[in-house]
Parts: sequence; C-alpha cells; structure tokens
Amino acid sequence: MKTIPLADCVWEIPPSEKAGMRVPARIYASEALLAGMDAGVFEQVTNVACLPGIVGAALCMPDGHWGYGFPIGGVAAFGAEDGVISPGGIGFDINCGMRVLRTTLTEAEVRPRLPELVDALFAAVPTGVGARGFLRLTDDAFADVMREGAGWCVRHGYGWPEDLDATEGGGCLPGADPAHVSARALARGREQLGTLGSGNHYLEVQVVPPDGIHDAVVARAFGIETAGQVLVMLHCGSRGFGHQVGTDYLRLFDGAMRAYGIVVNDRELACAPFRSPEGQAYFAAMTAAANTAFANRQVITHRVREVMGRVFGRDPRDLGLSLIYDVCHNTAKLERHVVEGVARDLVVHRKGATRSFGPGAPDVPAAYRHLGQPVIIGGSMETGSALLVGTDHAMHETFGSTAHGAGRTMSRAQAKKRVRGESLMQDMERRGIVIRAASKSGVAEEAGFAYKDLAAVVDVLHRLDISRRVVSLRPIGNIKG
Amino acid sequence: MGRYEVLETVAIADCALEVEGSDLADLFATAARALAELMVDPVTIARTLQRQVTLEAPSVDLLFFDWLSELIALKDSDGAAFPDIEVEIECGTPWRLRARLVGGPLQGGPAALRSDPKAVTFHLFRVEPWAGGWRARVVIDT
Repeated sequence: MKTIPLADCVWEIPPSEKAGMRVPARIYASEALLAGMDAGVFEQVTNVACLPGIVGAALCMPDGHWGYGFPIGGVAAFGAEDGVISPGGIGFDINCGMRVLRTTLTEAEVRPRLPELVDALFAAVPTGVGARGFLRLTDDAFADVMREGAGWCVRHGYGWPEDLDATEGGGCLPGADPAHVSARALARGREQLGTLGSGNHYLEVQVVPPDGIHDAVVARAFGIETAGQVLVMLHCGSRGFGHQVGTDYLRLFDGAMRAYGIVVNDRELACAPFRSPEGQAYFAAMTAAANTAFANRQVITHRVREVMGRVFGRDPRDLGLSLIYDVCHNTAKLERHVVEGVARDLVVHRKGATRSFGPGAPDVPAAYRHLGQPVIIGGSMETGSALLVGTDHAMHETFGSTAHGAGRTMSRAQAKKRVRGESLMQDMERRGIVIRAASKSGVAEEAGFAYKDLAAVVDVLHRLDISRRVVSLRPIGNIKG
Repeated sequence: MGRYEVLETVAIADCALEVEGSDLADLFATAARALAELMVDPVTIARTLQRQVTLEAPSVDLLFFDWLSELIALKDSDGAAFPDIEVEIECGTPWRLRARLVGGPLQGGPAALRSDPKAVTFHLFRVEPWAGGWRARVVIDT
C-alpha cells in the first residue's frame, strides 16, 4: 500500500489506495517503526477510513500493530450527528487504562523490602484467569458503580477524594445507563472489582533512573523530584463486565447495521449511527463499563496503599502515595474539536491510544492545566515505561491523542516459542526485577523482545509534539496475571 | 477427533485459531477444547463441575460465535474452565446447540493457568464446510 511522507514522522495513505476510503489514513512513525509495522496495520487503518461520518483522517500511532477492527494505536473521530460508533473501534476491554502513583520512598528504602512488598501486592490484588475481588456487591450496588465510577469507591472508603481530580473525566464518564447492560455482563463482572486480569495487564513498582528526568519543571508538577524516587503503575480495565458489553453490542450491530445500509470491510467494524437507538444504547452501556474500569483501578489503588502502609509501617499519606493521573486507552468519548476552523462535536474513538490534551484544554485537572495532562506510556515489564505531557499540537493534529505503549512486534505464540516463562522470571530477578505471576506462560508472552523499543516510540511522539517526554521509569517489581 | 492450530502471525496481540472438525459437532467441540487450553493446562484442572448449555442462533456462524462467547462468559461467572465437551448440533431455523461440559475451578487449586480470553471477535471470522467436514477461523481477544 502506498505511503506518502507528509512531514517528519507522518505518513499518509491516500483514499485512492482502497475502494470506499472517505478520508486518508495517516500513520505516525519513524521510517524504522513504519518499516516494522505488520500488514494488518495498513489494512485496518484504511478500513477505518471507509466508515461513515469519519472526520479528517483515520490515524494510527507509532505503537500501532495488528488488532481486530481498528489497529491497536488507532484513533478516529466521527461526527456526532452523521457518524457512527463501533465496538471494534474501542475494543472489548473498555477503558483499559493506566494509572501511576508517586511515593516519597526511594529505591534505597524499598529495595531491602522489595520481595516482601511484591509478595504482599500479589496476595492483595487477585490476578489471572478466573480471579475474583474482595468486594461482594449486590446488583443495585454494582449499578451504582456503573453510574459513579471511581466516585463510588471514594464514597465507600476505597480512595481519597483528591484521586478523582487526578483521573481522566474525574473517574466517571457521563451518560452511563445500567438499563442497557445485560444480566450476563453483570454476572461476569460483579465479583471482579479489584482484579488485574492477565495478558499485558500489570502492577509495577518503578523507579526514576539516574538520567530519567527529561523535563524537571513538568516532572515537579507531577510530584517527581529526583532520580531514585519510587512510583507504582498499574494497567488494567473493565474485566469481564466490559468484555461482555462489547460482545453484546458487537453481536447486535452485526445485524442492525444492515438496516442502516452500512457495509464494512471487516465484520469486527460493525457499527451503528451514533444517534440511532442502537448507537445510544451502546454508548450508555460502554460508558457504564468505562466507569467500572475506573472503579477497578481505584480499588486496586486502595489495596496498594493498604499493602505499602503495612509493609513500610507508615500511613499511606506519609508515604506520599498520591495519584499522579489515570488515563483511558479504549474508549469512545464525545469531545469538541476544531476541524478546519469550525468547532464540532465528535465521537472520538481511541483503541490502544491515550488522550493527550494540552495546556488549557477542558478536563485537564487544575494542577496540570497550565502544562497539559499527564500521559502514561506503558512499556514492557523488562524495559520500562514513560510519563509524558499532552500538547496543544495534539489538539490540532490527532484529536488530542497519542500512543499508549510500546506496541508488540511479535505474537504471543511466537514469544512463547522463544523463551520459557520460568527462565525469563529467573533472569529478571537476576537483573533486579522481582516478579510474581499467576501464569508462567503469560510471562513469556510479555517478554521485552516481543515489544518495540519504547524509547523509539516516545522519540516519535516528542518529535511530532503530540506529547512531550517528561520522565522515564524503570521496573523493579512486577505482578502479572 | 478434530484439530486446531494457533496462527502465529495473525492478529499478534490476540489468539487466532484455525479449527477443523469431521462434522459440525466435532468442530464445535474442538474449538471449545482449544479455548479451554488457552485458559489452562487441561491436565491440571479438576473435573468436578458439570454444566449443560443450550443455544439457538439464526445461522451456523453466529451459533459458533455464541458458543465460544458462552464458554468465555462461564469462565468469569463460574470461575471455571471445561476441557471435556460433548456437543450436538441441530441444523435448521434456528440452528440449535446442546452441550454437556465437564471441568473445574480455575483458582484455588492446582490448575496451571494460561491466559484470560476476553471475547470472540468477528475479525477474519468464518465457519465453512471443508474437505468433507467443517472448518472455522476465529480470533480470540486475549
């Protein structure tokens, strides 16, 4: 497929490349990252460009790789009045996302107790397939979680009030309606609040390496002062509840889109007009799932504070265990963006992509409003992660979006053929990363070599100015499903 | 006895399966076994739970989609996986499935856990007659 260089790290596939493309497709990558992208990225981003009501261009971030429906790293905006909403543009793990907490602890203080800390975190945060959380909620209580998100947790003592200010959307997206959620979704998710899941989900103890602070002013606003400071990062989503919401509406849209005369290139892109009854029902259910994901990460945060308070014998507030920020990866959100000089209400789909709102943008917490929102880029469990900050340029270039991680370079099956989980865990321990996992084969799937070079991805984001480098982070403890 | 293969270079963040069966019942049972083996080493999981499943769908491919979706849902609602499966398929309007599942709990025992499948996707999805039997391709979000 023909890719035309438009600018540094910007590549365009013109609409002439595939029948039905309504807009160009645009891939953000260095030459090397573009060359390494699998064929699925090009096929899928151009399929997205064919969807009704798409605005501007179908986008793929530098961590992009072959997904289902949208590519991972896919971003597309659709007119709220004439566009569609698609579960395949969000993913089944609705509001899979990341949050990062700072501490006042240093690596020197944590290192002697690291095995004890990681063991305690592993015991407190259920992981792996089939895991259940410690909360037992009635149907009515779970409906409250759907409506209130992280706010429900804070109201019930599983968080601090200021956590909500440091969460995208305040930890609660508007419009959730439990009436549009199936009993099956409820049965899957009701006992899973506070569980991590498996795959690429993790809870990690991280440290700022000696050369890890790239922007001291913004880092200070994030509460990161010095190299050696310890942080805690987690990555997980809406668990079985969100997965079932996605399944229910994919199945519904698969039949319903014929009535709207919509034809898609990939059946996984099944969609409905955003303003249709089906589109609005999905938006209400998807938002409910997004809110349970905020709640899930909030409950895990509560457990992290309990564990760290116990292990270090201090009040979690004394440990400075404040939330820096919580970002969503897999959502469709109603946002207002300026397109060709006109403000428009758009349904912005981000699938494996992060919001990257710049200074002064709405919904950026007051503490960060003059700087832009914190952006969390999760890397592999071996190599590290990064904190960036949103930019004004992202608002114009990518509907206020950026990458979400390093992005895979090989399949899980290929990774498992190259390394055994047990030997990788031993190797990581030798390198000073204490790891506990529910599934050893799951560890092999997440080996560092299965991912792109995070620094190369972050470099592209920084050069493009769709988010700016602030801090690099190195893992010292990891729990996985 | 059907067979399945993991397609290593397809949908790299997920698990793409190519499944073959001598007939539809074999195809559905083999796909269910593949799904169970995605979750857990089947040798290590207890056979202490039984479930009956009945489903209806307007077409054979949607019945296949609903069948695997049902097993993924049971993984969460019951916290269990079911490697031993007997399936009967009735062709008609609608298509019907009756199945008997035997398996055990995933957590709290000796089960060697693998991955946590989230959902069945329609990406590259197909169910079709093939070489005197049936075959299917399905990508599972993991």
